[in-house]
Amino acid sequence: MAVYMDNNATTSLKKEVLDAMLPYYTDIYGNASSKFYKIGRDAEQALYKLRESVAQNIGAANVNEVYFTGSGCEADNWAIKGVAFANANKGNHIITTKIEHHAVLNTCEYLEKHGFEVTYLDVDEYGLVSAEAVRNAITDKTILISVMTANNEIGTIEPIKEIAEVAKENKIIFHTDAVQAIGHMPVNVQEMGVDMLSVSAHKFRGPKGVGVLYIRNGVKIDNLVHGGGQERGKRAATENIAGIAGLSKALEIAVNDLDKNIVHMKKMRDRLIEGIRKNIPYCRLNGPEDERRLCNNVNFSFQYVEGESILMMLDMKGIAASSGSACASGSLDPSHVLLAIGLPHEIAHGSLRLSVGEDTTEEDVDYVIEVLPPIIQRLRDMSPLYEIVEKGE
Amino acid sequence: MYSEKVMDHFSNPRNVGEIENANAVGEVGNAKCGDIMKIYMDIQDNVIKDVKFKTFGCGAAIATSSMATEMVKGKTVDEALALTNKAVMEALDGLPKEKVHCSVLAEEAIQSAIEDYKRRNGEETGESKCDFCCHKCSDITE
Repeated sequence: MAVYMDNNATTSLKKEVLDAMLPYYTDIYGNASSKFYKIGRDAEQALYKLRESVAQNIGAANVNEVYFTGSGCEADNWAIKGVAFANANKGNHIITTKIEHHAVLNTCEYLEKHGFEVTYLDVDEYGLVSAEAVRNAITDKTILISVMTANNEIGTIEPIKEIAEVAKENKIIFHTDAVQAIGHMPVNVQEMGVDMLSVSAHKFRGPKGVGVLYIRNGVKIDNLVHGGGQERGKRAATENIAGIAGLSKALEIAVNDLDKNIVHMKKMRDRLIEGIRKNIPYCRLNGPEDERRLCNNVNFSFQYVEGESILMMLDMKGIAASSGSACASGSLDPSHVLLAIGLPHEIAHGSLRLSVGEDTTEEDVDYVIEVLPPIIQRLRDMSPLYEIVEKGE
Repeated sequence: MYSEKVMDHFSNPRNVGEIENANAVGEVGNAKCGDIMKIYMDIQDNVIKDVKFKTFGCGAAIATSSMATEMVKGKTVDEALALTNKAVMEALDGLPKEKVHCSVLAEEAIQSAIEDYKRRNGEETGESKCDFCCHKCSDITE
């Protein structure tokens, strides 16, 4: 049996999405910037329609506020570096959080080497950032605030609207990385009150290699990619029109099916959480356990075992999942998110993220609940840390 | 990512467990770093009659523990002390670069158990310089 439980990492491409992409590889293959012949104009017109659809589905006031990028990572890089460099005459201070994706964190660290100062806000035990903490961190040099909409590891949904109000009161540009949010919760840039928002298609059943940066008209931002005049001169590169068609279609479906999908994913998520808790002692659910948790995210720490070993044993049983252990992340430290919510290193090393999707079935969930407990037990029986617990109790 | 031998030793680890009344026990590593290896030995007439391990760690940590215990079983104490991390790695058909420290840990675990044996027999052993931090020894410059 093969069970895919890593939908926070990526999702499978929907058949309808692939169908929407194919014509742009075969029939309408013209360069959207080549307007002197039909096939180029066809591509240009298609591009406008696709952009219009995306603008509508993220709630943008204007079609020209949607900029296509090569990834969510590029969108984050552009938002942060672009605003930092364009507004350096006003100040050099950026506020973000300790639980952002590395696309944001490493970009901020890069800017620190170029004269910018960054405040990395703490989060509470559930991974929540408070609007008050954002307010208190603002100085007269603050030019940008970047807080993610929802966390990719532990599923925490941040109070974006409140933070956006704080940013607005202080006339500071506010960016949110909504890469994990789309398809899992309502995302509307005007309701949220954000100035910039990053999107990645492959997280909601679109293709890999295409994203969006929403930039509200009036935001002063430098280019990240220099070259031709595409994307109104703000992001060079021949438009990846097939990818954009895929993103647009996937977004349209994700928005239309959102309510139905949330109900289903929550059901699968909660079945998984309940089954794991019931069958495995010494575990803890990381992240919030209420409406502030993404509908598809489950993240547990299993004491006395290490995450990579869990992943390898799950893989042998056909289950794909991920972990925040140091070994799984290829670094010396476990996940920065798990450390930020206050987990000791040894508990963070034993983390397992299972993220369900719209196609996840009850059988899939029950299979994980059947397979996981003996895996954890087997690893615990091998663990010198568990030995102490067994003898001590 | 891992060789077939590593996968074999991870999925069917040899010598897992404890030895009751072991006369040599060594433990290296640190839960903070995500790996601890504990080695139990039954040493008779300077020969390792039996060896068992318990490991908290990644796939490579479990596989190197399994391989290292297999390599020293039946060997003399001096032969076991000569076991290098390189030999363990070679026996496993190699390890990814970032997992080399697991083989170092396996070498140190074997040495730590034998040092314990020597101490119990009143032999002087040099104090280990390793404080089991998370870094590779080769990365530490001081």
